[in-house]
Amino acid sequence: MAAALSFRNLTLGYDRLPALQQIETEVPVGSLTAVVGPNGAGKSTLLKGVIGVLAPLEGKVNFGALKREDIAYLPQQSDIDRSFPLSVLDLVAMGLWREIGAFGSIGPKDRVRVHQAIASVGLTGLEHRPIGALSGGQMQRVLFARLLLQDAQLVLLDEPFAAIDARTMADLLQLVHIWHDEGRTIMAVLHDYDVVAEHFPQTLMLARELVAHGPTSKVLTAENQFRARQMCEACDGPPHSCGKGVA
Amino acid sequence: MIWDALIQPFADFGFMRRALLGCVAISLGATPVGVFLMLRRMSLTGDAMAHAILPGAAVGFLISGLSLGAMTIGGLIAGMLVALLSGFVTRVTALREDASLAAFYLISLALGVLIVSTRGSNVDLIHVLFGTVLALDNAALVLLCSITSVTLLILAILFRPLVLECADPQFLRSVSGLSALTHFTFLALVVMNLVGGFQALGTLMAVGIMILPAAAARFWAASIGGLIIGAVCVAAVSSFTGLLLSYHFSMPSGPAIILVAGVIYAVSLFIGPVGSVIAQAYPSHTLRTGKVEK
Repeated sequence: MAAALSFRNLTLGYDRLPALQQIETEVPVGSLTAVVGPNGAGKSTLLKGVIGVLAPLEGKVNFGALKREDIAYLPQQSDIDRSFPLSVLDLVAMGLWREIGAFGSIGPKDRVRVHQAIASVGLTGLEHRPIGALSGGQMQRVLFARLLLQDAQLVLLDEPFAAIDARTMADLLQLVHIWHDEGRTIMAVLHDYDVVAEHFPQTLMLARELVAHGPTSKVLTAENQFRARQMCEACDGPPHSCGKGVA
Repeated sequence: MIWDALIQPFADFGFMRRALLGCVAISLGATPVGVFLMLRRMSLTGDAMAHAILPGAAVGFLISGLSLGAMTIGGLIAGMLVALLSGFVTRVTALREDASLAAFYLISLALGVLIVSTRGSNVDLIHVLFGTVLALDNAALVLLCSITSVTLLILAILFRPLVLECADPQFLRSVSGLSALTHFTFLALVVMNLVGGFQALGTLMAVGIMILPAAAARFWAASIGGLIIGAVCVAAVSSFTGLLLSYHFSMPSGPAIILVAGVIYAVSLFIGPVGSVIAQAYPSHTLRTGKVEK
C-alpha cells in the first residue's frame, strides 16, 4: 500500500534539543493509526513535525501525494483562546479556509455545509452560542465539525478525547470511523489503551524514539509498554543525554 | 443653553472643529486596532509602542523643528524598528516577546527624552508628550484622515486572518502561511495609529484612545463587530465631551478626552451587560452572553 507519510530519519526537538529521535517508518494511505507512549515520549511533537509547526532538526517527512492543504490538525484544546468573542458558527466556518482562503466569501451553499457539519456533531441549535459558553465536550464537537469541513486527506488529532465525557467520545469516535471508511488517513495521539485496542487497527508507539509501529495487537504488548516506560525514564534529565544506546 | 454648551464652541471656532475632526478620525482608525490589541492580550504592547516612537519623533524635531512630516516619519521609523527588532529577538533567542519589547522600548524612550532635552526646552517635550489637538493644521488633518482610511482598509482586508491569529493561531499556521505577515502588518497598524494619535493627543495619550474605548466596549458587546462599533462610539463621545470640557474649563484637551474615556470605562465596568461587576453578581443567561436564547 502506498505511504501517505514516510518519516526518514526524522529528529524533532525544541531549542535544538531533540525530543524525538531518528524516526524511520511509513504511514500507509487510508490507515487509522493511534500514536501512543508515556508522558514526554514525543507524541505531540511528532504531529507538530508533520504539520510543519516544528522544523526537523534532522531527516525529513515525505508527504507523497499530499499537499499542505490536504492535512487537517486538531491541536490540544488549550491552544484556543476561549474568551475570544466567536460563535460556534464562526469557528466551524473557519474549516472552509482551504476553499475560501483569507478573502473569499461564504456563499449560501457553504452556509448549508456549515450547518450540516454542526448538525453531524449534534450541536444544532447552538450555532450562535459564544465559544466561551461551551462545555469541554461541546467545544471538542465544534472542533470536529470544523475538521469535517476541512475535508482533509490526512487528519491529525492530538489527544482528541482528553477530558471529555463518554457520550461525546463515542459520537466523535464514530466520526473518526466514518473518515476511515471514506479512505482518509488518520493519526491520533491517545493515552487510553482500551480505546486504541478497540478502535484503532494500527498503532505507533513512541518513547523519544520509535518503539514499534504496526498492527495494534502486535504493538500494544505489555513488553513494548514496559520498554517504552523504561526508555522514557532513562531519558529524564538533560534531553541530549538520551540516545540510541538506551534501547 | 444646551446649544451654547454643546454646539456653540464648534460653531464659533475653527480650531475646535479641526480638533473634533481630528479626534473623530483617530476614534475611527485607532479604536478598532485597540480592540484587536485587547483581544490579543497585547494592551500593554500598545503602551510600550507609544513610548518607542518618541525618539523618532524627537529626531524629526531635532532636524526640522516642529515639522509634522519629519516627526511623523521619524516616529514611524522608530516604531517599526522597535516592533521588528523585538519580534526578531523573540524569534531567534530565548527571550519572550514581553521582555524583548520592554527592553527595546525603554532604550528607545530614554534615547528620545535625551534627544529632546539636548535641543528643545521642557515646553517642547511637553508638546511631544501631550500633543496639541487644538492646533491641528490642514496637513495634520490630512495625515490623520489618511492614516484612518488606510487602517480601515487594511483591517477589512486582513480581518479573517487577524481574527484567526488572535483566536486560534495554531489553526491559522496549519492552513496558511499568512500568520507572520498578519502579525507584522498588525504591528505596523499599531505604530501608524500611535504616530497619528500623537500629533493630536501626544505620545502618551494616543495609546489611551486606542485601549480605553476597547476595554469599555468589552462590557457592552459579545461579538467582534459589536466591540468595534461600541469602541468607536465610546471614543467619539469621549472626544466630543473631552473637547467641550477642555473648552469650558480651560483644561488640557488630551488628558480631558482620555479622562472622559476613563469615566466611561469605569461606569461600564459596573453596569455593562457583559461580564461587568453587576452582570457577574446577578448572572442570568441573557446577561452573561448578551444574547437572548431562542
